[in-house]
Amino acid sequence: MAVYSTNEFKTGLKVMLDGDPCSIMENEYVKPGKGQGFNRVRLRNLLNGRVWERTFKGGETIDGADISESSMEYLYSDGEFWHFMKTDGSFEQIAADKNAIAEALNWLKEQEQYIVMLWNDAPISVTPPNFVELEVAETDPGLRGDTATGGTKPAKLVSGASVRVPLFVDRGDVLRIDTRTGEYVNRAKKA
Amino acid sequence: MTTSSHWQPAATLATLAARAALNARLRHFFAARGVLEVETPQLCHHSGTDPHLHPVTAAYQPYPQATVQTLYLQTSPEFAMKRLLAAGSGAIYQMGKAFRNGERGTRHNPEFTMLEWYRPGFTLTQLMDEVEALVFHALQLTTAPAMQRVSYRQLFVEQLGIDPHLITLDPLKALTVGKTGVDPSVLNSRATCLDLLYGHLIEPALIEPVFVYHYPAEQAALARVVNDSQGQPVALRFELVMHGMEIANGYDELCDAAEQARRFDADRESRRQQQLPDIAADQRLLAALTHGMPACAGVALGVDRLLMLKLGTRTIDEVLTFPLEHA
Repeated sequence: MAVYSTNEFKTGLKVMLDGDPCSIMENEYVKPGKGQGFNRVRLRNLLNGRVWERTFKGGETIDGADISESSMEYLYSDGEFWHFMKTDGSFEQIAADKNAIAEALNWLKEQEQYIVMLWNDAPISVTPPNFVELEVAETDPGLRGDTATGGTKPAKLVSGASVRVPLFVDRGDVLRIDTRTGEYVNRAKKA
Repeated sequence: MTTSSHWQPAATLATLAARAALNARLRHFFAARGVLEVETPQLCHHSGTDPHLHPVTAAYQPYPQATVQTLYLQTSPEFAMKRLLAAGSGAIYQMGKAFRNGERGTRHNPEFTMLEWYRPGFTLTQLMDEVEALVFHALQLTTAPAMQRVSYRQLFVEQLGIDPHLITLDPLKALTVGKTGVDPSVLNSRATCLDLLYGHLIEPALIEPVFVYHYPAEQAALARVVNDSQGQPVALRFELVMHGMEIANGYDELCDAAEQARRFDADRESRRQQQLPDIAADQRLLAALTHGMPACAGVALGVDRLLMLKLGTRTIDEVLTFPLEHA
């Protein structure tokens, strides 16, 4: 794997720190006109999402992390693993564990495309599309015609997610959800 | 980001006009004070030996098939200007490009504009007065109070509770690791620890303009070293810091050829230990100092950064036509 010197640091570079793969979020080069230069770096740990701040002396090197991302189709879950298939024509399948699936767990839908991040070819995180359409599994009966009062009620989607929805929504409706906020956008169609 | 078709400048057209106006104001300042504008080479046979500065080298050939001679783009025009001083030039200034390999960041571009001037007969205090007057003139400040002056020691005492001249390596290292999270194995000297603490904690907190003076003797570079009122050897050197950013660096200049030769040797030894390329001592500078250079104070000021302050930009790229990646 590549080794990177501080003067190659840039936003988005994937490196190893304390044994974990990290992505550089910010890199500030601090050097007095006379004296030793340093890099002040903010990194996101790709395994747990924590943000670290570290300082490196100019010329220090760290190992790169073997990180790749690919678009994959969600197939099914066996209860322990969540199975995805590459859509590049290889039909290669991978299995994500509970940690890797965490961010996408509420928004899983068969045949939908997800971005799977791989570290040394093993999945470490799954990012859902920004919008996903999911069917309502449970909610109070819809108040027909009530599209104006602005009230909301809880609904449970087939993926298991709980969202606040308008009062007119019924069981079986397909809703468009913004996965970044977890909020209802609109009603897509009747199932 | 660096696609080959990206041709537009980073600076706006208004910024180009502001730079031209700033340059004119700077030249006017020196003309009014009888300081002579000079030009010295950027392409030279020698370079400074400072182990923290990495010169850009150039492959010179007298004719296309000839053996390549390695020349250096200047990291500052200091040596050539000192030779002019020794030749009797009197007060001189130069505004031109300087080059520092690998220095790239929000406040650094490896090619930048440096304003450097020398004042025979000036003390460091007189030169700080003149830098202050120049900054007021350049930024068209009128009502601001006089700039504060504070010693390097005082800053460390006030902000970190340590005397930077007296603290020994182990407690200094522990403090530095605690404050910055740096890997302790890279902190091999007091100077490295002090540079890190200064650059990451002290300098960013200096928002109002302030002259920092009396640097540790090991950070003297080409400044004279004297004993301060506490008997501590300190470098007769100052930096002007504004908005947490170094703007200028001045010296009561070292005129002693033998001491200069010792500092070249010490730098080269440090380069050898750090496995950096050797840079030979500039014999022409030593000969000029041996001939005799008048006692003087000199300073280098970053013109791009001065323009950043004038326009209130966050990055140096905003005041450059074409930063490195687009040059």
